[in-house]
Amino acid sequence: MLSRVASNLYWMSRYVERAENTARVLDVAYRMSLLVKEGKLQDQEWFAPLNITGTLFPFSGRHNEVCAREVLHFMALDSENPSSIYACARQARENARAVRGSITSEMWEVLNSTWLEMQQMDEEKMLSRGVSTFFDWVKERSHLFRGVTFGTMHRDDAYDFARMGTHMERADSTARILDVKYHILLPSVKDVGGAVDYYQWSAVLRSVSAFEAYRKVYRDVITPLKLAELLIVRDDIPRSLAFCLKQVNDSLGRVKNAHSAETALRAAQIQKGLQDGRISEIFSTGLHEYLTEFLDSMQELSGDIQASFFSSRVVE
Amino acid sequence: MATTPLYNEMYTEERAVRPHYAAFAEWLAETPPARIAQNRQAADLLFHRVGITFAVYGEASGTERLIPFDIVPHVIPGQQWETIAAGLKQRVTALNRFLHDIYHGQEIIKAGKVPSSQVEGNAQFRREMIGVEVPGGVYAHIAGVDIVKHSDGEYYVLEDNLRTPSGVSYMLENRKMMMRLFPELFANQRIRPVDHYPDLLVQTLRSVARDTRNPTIVLLTPGHYNSAYFEHAFLAQQMGIELVEGLDLFVQDDQVFMRTTQGPRKVDVIYRRIDDDFLDPLAFRPDSMLGVPGLLQAYRAGGVTLANAIGTGVADDKSMYPYVPEMIRFYLGQEPILKNVPTYVLKKPEDLKYVLAHLDELVVKEAQGSGGYGMLVGPTASREERDRYKQRVLDSPERFIAQPTLSLSCVPTYAGDVLGDRHIDLRPYVLTGAQGVNFAPGGLTRVALREGSLVVNSSQGGGVKDTWVVD
Repeated sequence: MLSRVASNLYWMSRYVERAENTARVLDVAYRMSLLVKEGKLQDQEWFAPLNITGTLFPFSGRHNEVCAREVLHFMALDSENPSSIYACARQARENARAVRGSITSEMWEVLNSTWLEMQQMDEEKMLSRGVSTFFDWVKERSHLFRGVTFGTMHRDDAYDFARMGTHMERADSTARILDVKYHILLPSVKDVGGAVDYYQWSAVLRSVSAFEAYRKVYRDVITPLKLAELLIVRDDIPRSLAFCLKQVNDSLGRVKNAHSAETALRAAQIQKGLQDGRISEIFSTGLHEYLTEFLDSMQELSGDIQASFFSSRVVE
Repeated sequence: MATTPLYNEMYTEERAVRPHYAAFAEWLAETPPARIAQNRQAADLLFHRVGITFAVYGEASGTERLIPFDIVPHVIPGQQWETIAAGLKQRVTALNRFLHDIYHGQEIIKAGKVPSSQVEGNAQFRREMIGVEVPGGVYAHIAGVDIVKHSDGEYYVLEDNLRTPSGVSYMLENRKMMMRLFPELFANQRIRPVDHYPDLLVQTLRSVARDTRNPTIVLLTPGHYNSAYFEHAFLAQQMGIELVEGLDLFVQDDQVFMRTTQGPRKVDVIYRRIDDDFLDPLAFRPDSMLGVPGLLQAYRAGGVTLANAIGTGVADDKSMYPYVPEMIRFYLGQEPILKNVPTYVLKKPEDLKYVLAHLDELVVKEAQGSGGYGMLVGPTASREERDRYKQRVLDSPERFIAQPTLSLSCVPTYAGDVLGDRHIDLRPYVLTGAQGVNFAPGGLTRVALREGSLVVNSSQGGGVKDTWVVD
């Protein structure tokens, strides 16, 4: 398939996934802010979404204080913020529009009507209907897009590049969520067993739709070690790092070309590192350091994918 | 051309329903207006969702508009269509023969039927194409011939679009929409289907590949900011071919390749929706970012087939139009089936004399002009305007042509919630491959939505209708 088209498909899926993950992160922050009732503590929660998406700096450039309303607007609807849900919906649709011939009509219609609806959205509507309603809508549109992709798309290279984008973005997002919460995942004597502690851990799980899976797998109270195990090394949880890397590897295996051996090797190494990882060791070397390294290697992998498949260097 | 009252496609002058509209008229009388109103709204929503839009130049980037869709169809009796089809086939065949001739032996010039200056002096005449052999001798693989029915009930050809005619996606989508909204209309009568057009198109393109066994065919688009991008993507998808931009292609050793994730892949046929001027920055406009450097050289060397060929514009030029009936006689030995609008060529003294005496009835245009510039519309011009124009014509009559003002036929059309008569034209799409001519019955009907207006262009507030050929 055309290199340009492969790139558009990859980014189309990444942007859909990014919109969904941003909605998840904001939703959790919102729920958490409802729990903490003591004075300014509420607003502390709103640093997390900015940290996770790496947008604290641009946010601070345009806003004086970090508070619910400002962060929500900036991350959900701000057309000037390239990582906002609004901008992601626009980008996903633009990428889809550039490759309309390579995706099914149903996929195009989902992204097109999502974008048309998104343009009708404003802050007043979002707040009056309840922000969670908005986040649910974003998640549903993303679920719908994935389902339509799964249900209608020809299983050729195009499908694999689209799926690759989804899983690259998702691995990145899960790692960032874990990283921002790493301080609460390190048990301190004071907090263990406390209600706030419990809610924070369960919030992390809920943000990646893994709360029920955790209960089913461990039938136990939530502990940081098990939580990290679930989301890092288990490859049967759809938003875990190991699961995402397995999918990326499968896709890379199917679309391989004369220049992609190095890329596949790197992806395989990352996956192996996750599978072989022992959670106790990860915690003893430091979860934050571990995740930072993971995010760096994902960045490099993304660059490799770009070079192996999307750049014109491949064919000349 | 007698000027009788407006020709209404649906009703006779006594306001009786014409037989080929009977089934529709009956349906219209029986269907509750509320349902029609509701479905007209539904059509708008559906077109938006499917993204059938066109970009508007000169407005903020990303502005996308719908072309208004009217649910009252343009109905053509099957027998009448057969005549139109025979006329189109004849005309496009002659035009292709003409294009081959002027880039080779120029027999028609030697025979004195078309003046040499008409060809040689034409900006659209591409010297690069002289002596180049194109597969099957086909130049205009896809032609969009605009025809209108005058108040005398006869069809006239307005222009032959032989470069990159657009609009066929609307023909297909309009039909899909009508079948979705009002399926019962299609159960009650035999309306000839049009949805096999992409198959016909891909067959046509396949037939002109140098090696027809398993050719790679692509559609070359200027990109997704082009006003017709929806159509490019739609057609590529319907045909199952790659939609490529200039940067996706490159030329090596007189062959064209596309850049794929699996390395270079040879391209055999390019259905290009980019004008000649932008195709190859090495050969034509050097500032073009849309084209493929070296494409012309590869094309001339036979490494790739272009549809349409380079240099077709010389045959659909306004100044060439009056000669098309002569081409039909010269190449095919037949009398034209579809009429030309009578055109006075003012360098002929007898035409000049007639035109000057009838300036208040005629439209006078510059032969090389376009877009309605430098034009005199006699019936609406003031006496002073006519006198001033007369002086310009007398200064250099060879620069001008003149035509009677046409009165386009009408079809009832919704204006708000009521029906009013609006002018239409019809663009059938004529496909020519190595094995001959093919089409989907009908074409795209465009309608001037403003009362009394004759301008059907989408950029000027025109709309579209489904076109039915009924048996």
